[in-house]
Amino acid sequence: MNDKKIILRIKGLRLEGVRAGNVIVDNVDVTLHAGEVLGLIGESGAGKSTIGLSAMSYARAGVHIADGAVEIDGIDIRKLDASGRRAMRGRRIAYVAQSASAAFNPSHTIIDQVCEAPLIHGLMSREEAETWARHLFKSLDLPEPETFGNRYPHQASGGQLQRAMAAMAMSCRPDILVLDEPTTALDVTTQIEVLILLKSLIREYGTAALYITHDLAVVAQVADRIKVLRHGKEVEEGTVDAVLQAPTQDYTSRLVAVRGAAASERADTTSVKPETILKVEHIDAFYGTFKVVSDVSLDVRRGETVAVVGESGSGKSTLARIITGLLPPAAGTITFKGQPLPKSLAERSKDLKRTIQLVYQIPDVALNPRQTLLETIGRPVSFYFGLGGTHDVKQGDHQTIRETISRPSSLYFGLGSAEVGKRTKELMDLVELPQNFLSRYPTELSGGQKQRVCVARALAANPDLIILDEPTSALDPLVAEEILKLLRKLQAELGLSYVLITHDLDVVHRIAHRTAVMLKGSFVAFEDTNRIFEGPYHPYTEKLITAVPVMRSDWLDGVLAKRAAATSA
Amino acid sequence: MKLFGHKPTTSAWFGLVVVTLFVCLALFTPWLAPYPESANIGGTWDEPSVKMLLGSDQIGRDMLTRIMYGSRMTIAVALAITSLSFLIGIVLGFLSAVVGGWVDVLLTRLVDVMLSIPGLIFALIILGVFGSSIPVLILTIAVLDSTRVFRLARALGMNLTVLEYVEAARLRGEGTWWIIRREILPNATAPLMSEFGLRFCFNFLFIAGLSFLGLGIQPPYADLGGMVRENAAAINFGMMAPIYPAATIALLTVSVNLVVDWLLSIEARPSGAQAEL
Repeated sequence: MNDKKIILRIKGLRLEGVRAGNVIVDNVDVTLHAGEVLGLIGESGAGKSTIGLSAMSYARAGVHIADGAVEIDGIDIRKLDASGRRAMRGRRIAYVAQSASAAFNPSHTIIDQVCEAPLIHGLMSREEAETWARHLFKSLDLPEPETFGNRYPHQASGGQLQRAMAAMAMSCRPDILVLDEPTTALDVTTQIEVLILLKSLIREYGTAALYITHDLAVVAQVADRIKVLRHGKEVEEGTVDAVLQAPTQDYTSRLVAVRGAAASERADTTSVKPETILKVEHIDAFYGTFKVVSDVSLDVRRGETVAVVGESGSGKSTLARIITGLLPPAAGTITFKGQPLPKSLAERSKDLKRTIQLVYQIPDVALNPRQTLLETIGRPVSFYFGLGGTHDVKQGDHQTIRETISRPSSLYFGLGSAEVGKRTKELMDLVELPQNFLSRYPTELSGGQKQRVCVARALAANPDLIILDEPTSALDPLVAEEILKLLRKLQAELGLSYVLITHDLDVVHRIAHRTAVMLKGSFVAFEDTNRIFEGPYHPYTEKLITAVPVMRSDWLDGVLAKRAAATSA
Repeated sequence: MKLFGHKPTTSAWFGLVVVTLFVCLALFTPWLAPYPESANIGGTWDEPSVKMLLGSDQIGRDMLTRIMYGSRMTIAVALAITSLSFLIGIVLGFLSAVVGGWVDVLLTRLVDVMLSIPGLIFALIILGVFGSSIPVLILTIAVLDSTRVFRLARALGMNLTVLEYVEAARLRGEGTWWIIRREILPNATAPLMSEFGLRFCFNFLFIAGLSFLGLGIQPPYADLGGMVRENAAAINFGMMAPIYPAATIALLTVSVNLVVDWLLSIEARPSGAQAEL
């Protein structure tokens, strides 16, 4: 299909962990023609970033390249010595990292960092490099391209930094770009802008690219071909349309189906009771003198899910902090089950704290790595309900668990009582985790399992309301799907109310009964989810909705065509 | 062989062996030492012989015996000081980090004031006023040293209190003590352990220094710093006597540092691996 010359060829690539037998990438081949974009897609742990880095013959700490050849334009980079490899990196093949704000050195100006590579490789003089950098800034649509480079990284926004990073990668005019989730950390509305610019950049300079992402809809917009990876092995490879329309492997079709289902699915309204459980009225909140939330009103009924959507910085997480009492509002009232709710956490009784629970975005930091699941989930049970005596001889429960798995686990708070143990096991069943996981530590779990534990910890308090702060955005699509299912099941079974904070409109579609759209600290809309999506839209709502990539290879071009039509009209 | 799931480096091995030897020596000195602590065996600064392997000190006591007892004393006192200073420093440091507000301001300023006075001068004043008994010595240096532990514990605590599992515990309504003990401390043990080793070295040297100045551990107890001072004059006659206790101080300090370095390197690279360049 492609008669252009092959610019990157990876053959039989195999990466192993430090411990023997731990294979991270197994026998993967990659062929990339000049000017072509190959999408590498897969869930976390699939080895996509590892492959991206090994295209430069680089392996992260704890991993080493065990076997395989990496040829860039016919030169096997793995056979070169360290200085030979350095000469290739940046010059022939360049890397764009996921988090641009973490990848820039905060104490140098952007232009210094963009010009560094061509100077090191001796390709350009400082002046040439700067001119080229300004040219790149301009084509990447950065503000004030002439002076943008004089800024320090903290003076640019996330989307601007991501583009500056692309400029840095292009500074030596490499043949190959490795783009490692370049838009994942960005808001949807920013993501689309960066996508458009990356795409035009790649086209303009005919650069070949490896585009690494977990989002099929995103990769469909920029890639020519897609390679699906799982557990370090190739699942299938094909042109974008072939993979999206006729996936040959079961795993790929499930990936495609998740996105497909989202469009049609709606939340089940039978669980909603008329009783209003939480009422937030005219809330104002400040961080210092900066007003983050302004005149927000919200109500939640029993068994209902209310979603709050918005970009980062819109104040949606602040709203969650206000409801939980972590940030007392400056004005307004909160009513919970007909009673006024004290504004600060310290004034709330133990039972009020119990009835409102919070589930965090990133399960990795929401669980104490030094506590077993039994301690993590059991603690709220014994803390709030204090079932049984704590000094009973009935250490039996933990004992049996310990014996069955035959590994020591520490219990500090006398949680031996049979009732707490029983309740903990029930909770594990509720979140569909095996009971023998109770003696594990969080590091021994996958991301999805950790999030289940977080849900179980919230359920342990037997709450009326759970605030879900981006519960699925740190998870892979298939895993996120499972968590959403679980949340819906729990709502139906236990009559829970949810306040769902998210930026992902797909999630909103599927589980929210009503949705609030938040912009700069206030609501621009708050009504039934169906009405939000069917319109008529508030302009901002429309912007949000149209920015979500659709799983069609021509979606981005469609958006561009529409924009062009709008400006010419 | 692996220790704590990691393979010690050669220098770490050296440190581990020496430290273990010293610990055994300190524990079993009364049984291991060839002579009683203060028995006069020979003349002033006798040359090493089969009878006295390292010769004798300024009043004819066996040098080897004195070094063994001296190490035992100095190690015990340094250990007591370090433990006490960690107890004070960790509790107050974590309290400062978790509670914040005026508690934090008060404690931090207090520590700043104490840190602004040179430690040795401070210790000399206190010991000069109250006299140099072992409990006063331990308490004084422990309080001085705890300011540095406080700084570290507070910084570690600050990093941990902002994590969401600590926030989750707060939201649940857990008390400060529980949060410190169950959420913060277990996650700060690794850096605190290596700091313990370093502070132990500093305290060991500090006591030796004080004893050298005559304000540390008092005779008739043997201690290494005091022995250097007592035997210092031998240098004038080209004799080795003060070298032995001084070398012992150096050996132990260096060995503990080697072990700590290794522990710190494990912490820095959990997998023990480096990036492939």
